[in-house]
This record gives sequence, C-alpha cells and structure tokens, in this order.
Amino acid sequence: MRMTLLQKVWDHHAVRTLPTGQTQLFIGLHLIHEVTSPQAFDMLRSRGSKVAFPDRTFATVDHIVPTLNQRRPFLDVLAEEMMSALEKNCREFGIPLYDITSANQGIVHVIGPELGLTQPGMTIACGDSHTSTHGAFGAIAFGIGTSQVRDVLASQCLAMEPLKVRRITVNGSLRPGVYAKDVILDIIRRLGVKGGAGYAYEYGGDTFDRMTMEERMTVCNMSIEGAARVGYVNPDDTTFRYVEGRPFAPKGADFARAREWWQSLASDPDAAYDDLVRMDAAAIEPTVTWGINPGQSVGITEKLPSPADVGAEDRASVAEALEFMSFRGGMPIAGTKIDVAFIGSCTNGRISDLREAARLVKGHTVARHVKALVVPGSQSVRKIAEQEGLDRVFTAAGFEWRGAGCSMCLAMNPDQLEGRQICASSSNRNFKGRQGSPTGRTLLMSPAMVAAAALAGEVVDVRKMLEREEVHA
Amino acid sequence: MTDTRYIDAIAGRGIPLRGHDIDTDRIIPARFLKCVSFEGLETHAFEDDRKQLAERGQTHPFSDSRYAGARILVVNGNFGCGSSREHAPQALQRWGIRAVVGESFSEIFFGNSVALGMPCLTVSAHDAEALLSAIEANPLVEVSLSVSAQSVEVNGRKYQASIPAGAREAFTAGTWDATGLLLDDFDEVRNVAKSLPYVSGF
Repeated sequence: MRMTLLQKVWDHHAVRTLPTGQTQLFIGLHLIHEVTSPQAFDMLRSRGSKVAFPDRTFATVDHIVPTLNQRRPFLDVLAEEMMSALEKNCREFGIPLYDITSANQGIVHVIGPELGLTQPGMTIACGDSHTSTHGAFGAIAFGIGTSQVRDVLASQCLAMEPLKVRRITVNGSLRPGVYAKDVILDIIRRLGVKGGAGYAYEYGGDTFDRMTMEERMTVCNMSIEGAARVGYVNPDDTTFRYVEGRPFAPKGADFARAREWWQSLASDPDAAYDDLVRMDAAAIEPTVTWGINPGQSVGITEKLPSPADVGAEDRASVAEALEFMSFRGGMPIAGTKIDVAFIGSCTNGRISDLREAARLVKGHTVARHVKALVVPGSQSVRKIAEQEGLDRVFTAAGFEWRGAGCSMCLAMNPDQLEGRQICASSSNRNFKGRQGSPTGRTLLMSPAMVAAAALAGEVVDVRKMLEREEVHA
Repeated sequence: MTDTRYIDAIAGRGIPLRGHDIDTDRIIPARFLKCVSFEGLETHAFEDDRKQLAERGQTHPFSDSRYAGARILVVNGNFGCGSSREHAPQALQRWGIRAVVGESFSEIFFGNSVALGMPCLTVSAHDAEALLSAIEANPLVEVSLSVSAQSVEVNGRKYQASIPAGAREAFTAGTWDATGLLLDDFDEVRNVAKSLPYVSGF
C-alpha cells in the first residue's frame, strides 16, 4: 500500500483533474464565521448562485464577539453589522448557525470537534488559517480565503495543488511542566516559520500517541505558524473514544463501521514520505516566544539571540524583532515583566487548558500590576469549567472570567492591549500589533506558563512552581 | 477591449518592500476586518507599519509618493504568512497592485491572490535583491513580467521566475475565478459526495 493518510483522504475526495492540472477536491465539512464570509455570500448573490450543499456548512460567531457585555445590539456597531449579516446569510441560504444565544457557540475550531462535526477522513475547510486544528482527528483541514469560501458554498469544492508530506516523529515523555504547546513551538523554532511551505505535517511517534485529543489539537492548530497549511495525526483509539457519543458522530452500528473506515485511512506503516524529521520529547523545555513571529522562541532557561548569533539571512529579522520588543540579545526571557495575561484561543482555550491553569492558580493571587483574563473557547467549555468551579478559582485569584470567543488572540472585540503592554498569551501569534495595540507585545507560551506569569508578574519557569506545589501537597 | 479574464503580461512601475515573514496582520491589521465588504481596504494597507516608520522620520514604501501608482510589488521571503484573511491581497489589489514578485509566499496568501487574479511569482533571493535595488535606484523604471514565460524584466535584464503550473494555467486560460470550473461537472461532484460514507451514511 505505502500510502499516507493525506494521499488516501485526497483520493477519496478528488472529483477530477481540472484543465489547469489542479485537483478538484470535494470538501466534506465547511465551517464559516462572521469575518471571512459576508463578502462570499454577496458574491454568490451577485452571480445568482445557490449553496450547493447547505447541510455540509455550519456557522458560528467567534472573532468579533464581545466577552463581557453580549447584549444585542452589540455596542460596537461594526460588530453588530457583521453579526446581522451572518444571521441574514444563514437564514437566506439555509445554513445552521450557532449564534451568541446558542449553548453550542464558540470558536469555530473548538466547537467543530465538540459537536462531533469534525471526524477522521474528512476534508475540512474554513476561512481561517487555524483550520489545521481539525487535523488532530486525521482529517485534511486547511484555511481558505473569502473567494474560496464562495467556491465551497457554490460547489462544495476547491481547486487544489498537491501537497507533500513531512513526517515529524517525536518520541519520549514530556517532562512535567512541558506541554503540547511547547512541542509545537519547538517544532516551529527548529523547522522555521517558512519550513512547512508545500507540506502537510504528519505528527507521529509515541509522544503524540500518548497525547489527548485536546493536546493534539493544540499541536495541529499551530502547523500553519510553521507554514504547513495542513497538519494531522493519524486516527487511533484516542480519536475514536473522543468522537463517540458526540451529537453529530455516527451512532450504534454506524459507529462501528465508521471506526473501521477511519482506521483504514491511517498512514500505512511503510508509507513513503517526502521528508522525515525526528525529535526527542525529553529535550523540550517550557518555551516562550521573544520576537514577532512564532519561530522566534527560546526555552525558559535560555537567553535571547543577538543578530550576531544567527545566519546572515536571519540577521535583519532578529534585529527588527529585538527592536520592536525593546529586548536585547543575551538577556534571559525569564524575569520579563508582563502587563497582561491571556488564557484562551483556538490553540489553548479548551477545558484541559483551563484545568491545568486553574491547578496552578488555586490559592494564589495575580500580581497587582497584571490584568489577567480567562476566555473559554466555547460556551460548552465555559459551562463545564463552571460546573467544576474553575471560574471561582480564577476569579478568587484575580482573573477575569469571560464569555466564549477569540477575544485577545486577535483583538477584534474590545479585549485589546494598550500601548506598549506586554502580554503573556496562550494564543498562536505574536505578530506586531496582533493583540490590538499596534505597538503591543506578545509572548506566546503554554496556558500553565501564562498562569505562572500572571501570579509572578513576570515570565517564570512553571516547573519551579509545580515543584513547590508538590512539596506543599 | 481585452478580456480581463486572461492574465499573462503585466507591466508598470514597481514598489519595493523589504523584509522576510511580512504577515497579513501587518498588511491589513485585524481592526480593519470589521466590515461586510472589501471596499476601501486599500487606504489601510500597512497602516501600522507606515505610521510607526513615520514616527521615526522614515517613509514606508506604501506612503512614499515616488511609488504611487506602482503595479508590481517586490518582496522577500514568506510574504503573506499568518491569517487566511483575503482582506490582505484585496487591500493590495485595490491599492493598485497587479502582481507580486518575491522569494516565497505563504500558500494561503498565494491561493487568495490567484482567486483575485493577482499572480505571485517566485524568484531567487539574489534576483529579488537585484529587483528591489533596481526599483529603489529608479522608482520610474518599468518592471514587466510574463506569467506564461515565467520571467520578470527590468532595465533590459530578464530574471527567471516561477509559478506553479496549475496557477499559471489558471491565469493564462482565464479560469482563476474557479467557481465556474468547479461547477462544470456537478454530476461528478454529486457522485463523489455519494461515495463518501460520512455523507451517504456508514
């Protein structure tokens, strides 16, 4: 056989070879939200087109949703206009919408898996680059732009160029205090922010085998930060257990048949890859970004690079990043004072992320100068957290407990940095201006590291905090 | 009148934009995505970068009057990385850009640009530097490129460029707006849907 999951899923969904030589690929699940879809619906209308498969598109609202006051109409008239446009479009074209009043509302990449919409072997597209998240299930999932959203609405298909597959094998146990976020940050640091261009990343090895689905989602989510539009993990028992029983999952005898099909799609043991990379999990430290792209990171015990330390090609980028951040080469990242702590996003806004952060926060207080907020990835995550009392753990420590949405990951709602603030963030991008202030600064790290930084008021090694907890326990 | 669907030869003045990994948040900051149409996005292209340079007494190429009216953007590597927002290539196209030439492009940005009829051609790092320098030395110099011949020409010198065959064909055959093509054989789309167990039932 010698086939990868990517090849098998691709072949199942290939409609035909287009005159351009590209593949016409059927899209099994299309997810839409308020930011990248309104123009696509307008294009459909102006062409007099219909939605070809309205039951294969699902909508929710996440990017612009205010997390404090969610009363309609929203105070932000532009946000209200986008929300109304999505409601109108979904009504007109017969697309199910999980709106702000729905218990299923949340970040599109959190609710797809929660509802069982996301399943192994699917092709999944969404007008959002972090669609790679769904690859955690052994789906081929990728972000698209608005004109391609139009194409999927009109035809349920996309014109695609072939992808190569790079197998990234990580073996070994993660040390305490080291999380899935650190694994993907380390992968991006090693392979570079453009290293994945042209590739799908297949994550394999016993480190990923042992990960929960939520951890795998964190890894696949950030594939795009390494330029891999697609990242996936082969489906296994962990995957099937997660999917079983969810609202849109196959039921009863159907589930048994589905499981068999899903299993058959996993990469063959002797599959041929275009590239192979091996890494050792035990060597990964808690990792923090110091620059203006997700590849500019160091282990918590390391020092920042100087332009002189790097190759000629990276020198200007390192100098630009240090200048923007007001950091110096040679300084440690530990001890960097923070102003804001943000726990949330499609990368790390799931229940396991909140549980781990709450475990660290319990009985402690947020540093006086730090504004700290927890934004659950979905209303369902929020509800579970409240049932477990996590909200009270956070608020007792001085965190704000918010409604579900993308929030300060990209700051299209009122949750924004101000001026030169530095934010310890569990999100996925540290681009200039990403968190709402054009000069604001972002340090990406795991939710546990964000929690530790919120308490200390500065970037600290979460492992030391965990050691202390064990002494007290 | 020429049919605007067919895209091959593009010529005009160039605009040089140096730097690797210029992400789509920088091309169009997220706050300008709060809109239900793409109209007017061009006024916000690189808004924060432009302002920050101006505060330091420097001029961003997109604020530099010498490059006003330019049609061909020349960049370095991994241009357009990050978010899938089509607002980024929309802002550039509405500003007047008709083609982008650079060392490499993020795949989503590249795909969005194809869908808008704005070709992105790849050249070597060495040639990108030569093109950037030539335009900086003389902003009035004409840059011309050919999608079918995969070349860029400045000052009588031809540089080898590349663009994947599928996109190249889509531009020259006038099928870069893919919707029509994807609907040509809708029976086959239905057949594939039926063949998928998660669509037709396990």
